[in-house]
Amino acid sequence: MNVATIDLAEHPTRTLNAALHALRSDTNETYWRVLNPRGKHALAAGVDAPVRVEIAGHAGYYCAGMNKHATVVIEGNAGNGVAENMMSGHVLVQGDASAAAGATAHGGFLVIRGNAAARCGISMKGVDIVVGGNVGHMSAFMAQAGTLTVLGDAGENLGDSIFEAEIFVRGTVASLGSDCIEKPMRAEHVAALAARLRESGFEYADPATFRRYGSARKLYHFRSDNAGAY
Amino acid sequence: MCGIVGLFLKRPGQEASLGAHLAVMLATMRDRGPDSAGFAIYGTENEYIKLTLRGAAEADLQGLADMLDVRVDLLSTHAVLHAPVEKFPAIREKLGSLPGITIVGAGRRMVLFKEVGLPEDVAARFGLPRMAGTHGIGHTRMATESAVTTDGAHPYTTGMDQCLVHNGSLSNHNSVRRRLIREGLHFETENDTEVAAAYLSWRMREGDSLETALYASLNDLDGFFTFVVGTRTGFAVLRDPISCKPAVLAETDDWVAFGSEYRALVDLPGIENARVWEPVPARVYAWEHAA
Repeated sequence: MNVATIDLAEHPTRTLNAALHALRSDTNETYWRVLNPRGKHALAAGVDAPVRVEIAGHAGYYCAGMNKHATVVIEGNAGNGVAENMMSGHVLVQGDASAAAGATAHGGFLVIRGNAAARCGISMKGVDIVVGGNVGHMSAFMAQAGTLTVLGDAGENLGDSIFEAEIFVRGTVASLGSDCIEKPMRAEHVAALAARLRESGFEYADPATFRRYGSARKLYHFRSDNAGAY
Repeated sequence: MCGIVGLFLKRPGQEASLGAHLAVMLATMRDRGPDSAGFAIYGTENEYIKLTLRGAAEADLQGLADMLDVRVDLLSTHAVLHAPVEKFPAIREKLGSLPGITIVGAGRRMVLFKEVGLPEDVAARFGLPRMAGTHGIGHTRMATESAVTTDGAHPYTTGMDQCLVHNGSLSNHNSVRRRLIREGLHFETENDTEVAAAYLSWRMREGDSLETALYASLNDLDGFFTFVVGTRTGFAVLRDPISCKPAVLAETDDWVAFGSEYRALVDLPGIENARVWEPVPARVYAWEHAA
């Protein structure tokens, strides 16, 4: 297989992203290596083709943002907003991710091998996120759809004002946010979680050891009892 | 916005490279703060107290040096006056009575420079790349709430060998300033960051360690902030509990570095193998040399 290599010590980010944006869905250039990322922002953002892009080091903000169809591998840490508003495809962060990982993402699969900082999965709309370590405070804030799976611990106010997303945590939860409650793990949840753990390379984690959290549905449904309050 | 950087050298023998590394880090953070910049360097301790001054015309400085019988080094718009310890109180009082002269910072080891302009230009005009020291912190400013002036640039200092840079803004700085004025603290500006610096100076004056003072600030300062603080022997980092403002720490056997973004750290020697992590909210990270 041909490898297309772009060295960011020699080219600006715009060269990389323009080349990736020019790819058609039937392209033969399906394997890209990005050298010397040096924490630059917006690397491989807006890709819309079934290609593999490997970032050889730490990435800055919004890496793989708006991703569609592509597989983006970050061989280091990712800054704020990795895979923000992803539509489909796979994004793998081999190190840690900063705040707002997978924010507003509609679909696809985001795997973070290390820790994710605050607001992981904020306003997520259908993405599946799996974090090997811990997630920071306010993760899955106003999450609408999709799943957030955490093998480590979750920070304060997990799932605050959550809609219909599902959260699975293996470790401890510092606190649950408004309207987020623990729910029973039924057989179908264990089976679906096992599949996600396999797909994300965490098959060693026993799905039965996770606890499930979701919406109590008291916040976003209007209660007619309260009509007099307005 | 704004960018902050810090570098703390853990082992002796590297001091000559401090300014060069910090200058590169500062220049990289230009995107976060292009209107002014400043930095503090902790150099060698000797029998003098270093007073960094601003506002004196070049012609006046020699007169000042002769009058006070001290050495004064001119660096662009600033000057460093070397005051013998026993003469320091008298010299400081004398300087305070001279119109137009501002004492930017004072300490056994700390010198402090700040000016409007692009960070790389500010670093160059003061000769930062040639400065030696054990640790230093810097700031690039994107002014949001007050004018682009030298007074509005960071770092801020309110105590000997103490300084602070800040990314964020404080909402209760007026009430805290009033309280600190009653405690005898002195303020040069209306800036919120100066209040944070004075708050830490006050707590340490009352006996707190830097770490304890920083933890106390979580209760008393309202707003959002990432602080990087320098003292004569140490260097500390704190983010507010919400942590809106970015922060990256990296550490090797030789150094600890702070950057608003990882980009600021990429040219440090050994960064490829450094431990790189995001400081968690409301936790103090501190490093100290044996005094």
